[in-house]
Amino acid sequence: MQITVTVNGVERSGDVEPRTLLVHFLRDELGLTGTNIGCDTSSCGACTIHVEGQSAKSCTMLAAQADGLSVTTIEGLADGDTLHPMQRCFQENHGLQCGYCTPGMVMAAVSLLDENPNPSETDVRIGLEGNLCRCTGYHNIVKSVLACAAESTGASK
Amino acid sequence: MRRRINWGVEVIPASFEYLRADSVDVAIAALTEHGDEAKLLAGGHSLLPLMKLRLAAPSVLVDVGRLDDLRYINDAGDHIAIGALTRHRDLEISTLLASAAPLLSHAAGHVGDPQVRHRGTLGGSLAHADPASDLPAVILAMGGTLVATGPNGSREIAASEFFTGFLESALAPDELLTEIRIPKLDAQGWSFQKFNRRAQDWAIVGVATVRANGSTGVALVNMGSTPLLATAVMDAVKSGATAADAAALANEGTEAQSDINASSEYREHLARVLVRRSLEESGLA
Repeated sequence: MQITVTVNGVERSGDVEPRTLLVHFLRDELGLTGTNIGCDTSSCGACTIHVEGQSAKSCTMLAAQADGLSVTTIEGLADGDTLHPMQRCFQENHGLQCGYCTPGMVMAAVSLLDENPNPSETDVRIGLEGNLCRCTGYHNIVKSVLACAAESTGASK
Repeated sequence: MRRRINWGVEVIPASFEYLRADSVDVAIAALTEHGDEAKLLAGGHSLLPLMKLRLAAPSVLVDVGRLDDLRYINDAGDHIAIGALTRHRDLEISTLLASAAPLLSHAAGHVGDPQVRHRGTLGGSLAHADPASDLPAVILAMGGTLVATGPNGSREIAASEFFTGFLESALAPDELLTEIRIPKLDAQGWSFQKFNRRAQDWAIVGVATVRANGSTGVALVNMGSTPLLATAVMDAVKSGATAADAAALANEGTEAQSDINASSEYREHLARVLVRRSLEESGLA
């Protein structure tokens, strides 16, 4: 079947089997391999992207379900060479170890701050419960998100 | 020769025909045509994981996820009317529910994780009829009514009649769950207890309680093949029992399973403890 998805602001079309998962469409058809596949069972969040601005696990959506919708992947966050503030905060706070969970963590964290711009540490920990870090590097991930929140709420004051 | 491993291959669904319904009528027509071979797809967060594991393999998938006219939360006088395609996140942040049915909005905020709540729907969760899911028990405790629409119009089904077996509901193969009605309760107290070992897991045992208009609704998550009303507890509370005495009856009529997370005995223990906490949190002495 023919689908058209707006990916990172650009309309992308493809011919997919109905059973094609969104993450496979992004990675294998569009070559956007920043979105990782971790567990394949909706648990780990490595494949987190935004669908219509909200975080979603792209291993648990059919590409067909995204037909006509707007999707953002990790590749769509930076503005050219300028990192998205959340990416920069992960870098500055060493919010990654092996880096495998990082694209999903960053996408989940951006969605989290959209919904709650001024979260407590507990809010961040609970808000990221859909994302697993097998290095168990949660401390610096939470620190990164809190730093980004402090930066943006400070800037808007 | 090296063995080639393609991790993606084992965890994609079996082939199916995909139909996107742009109206309730189209969805029902597709169900009527394809019968048992067809499954409805809403948010997909119960069905797609089963299909990826090949535990479900419908030959036709009817996508109702775009039926935005079934995505609403309305004050309908004596009840709150919720469209079946309303997502968990919509329930979680609804100001109407926060005042009129706080148990539901609170519990919706504990389903899965944020990504699941952005896509998963109330109707999908109820129609899937998983005894381990949170919201079926909540709707049971609140005495909700479900509206099913089929080729011959709509009918109401009491939540207490809806869950008929493990992953089985009273919906006919050609019916679509369209609306969920929650009586407007002047709640004196409510509580949602969810016990799990890891973030984002299903409840090992959960309890939903609402006390209103002189009666108490208590429903159990994961204590049998369906979500269950704890009728013995409810009757005891009605007769004036304390929270502790009523909670001792939490396992009457249950048939808890043993699995990797818990033995049935442990589940029964948890049910007693959580029912007591739930009654106390909802204001019963």
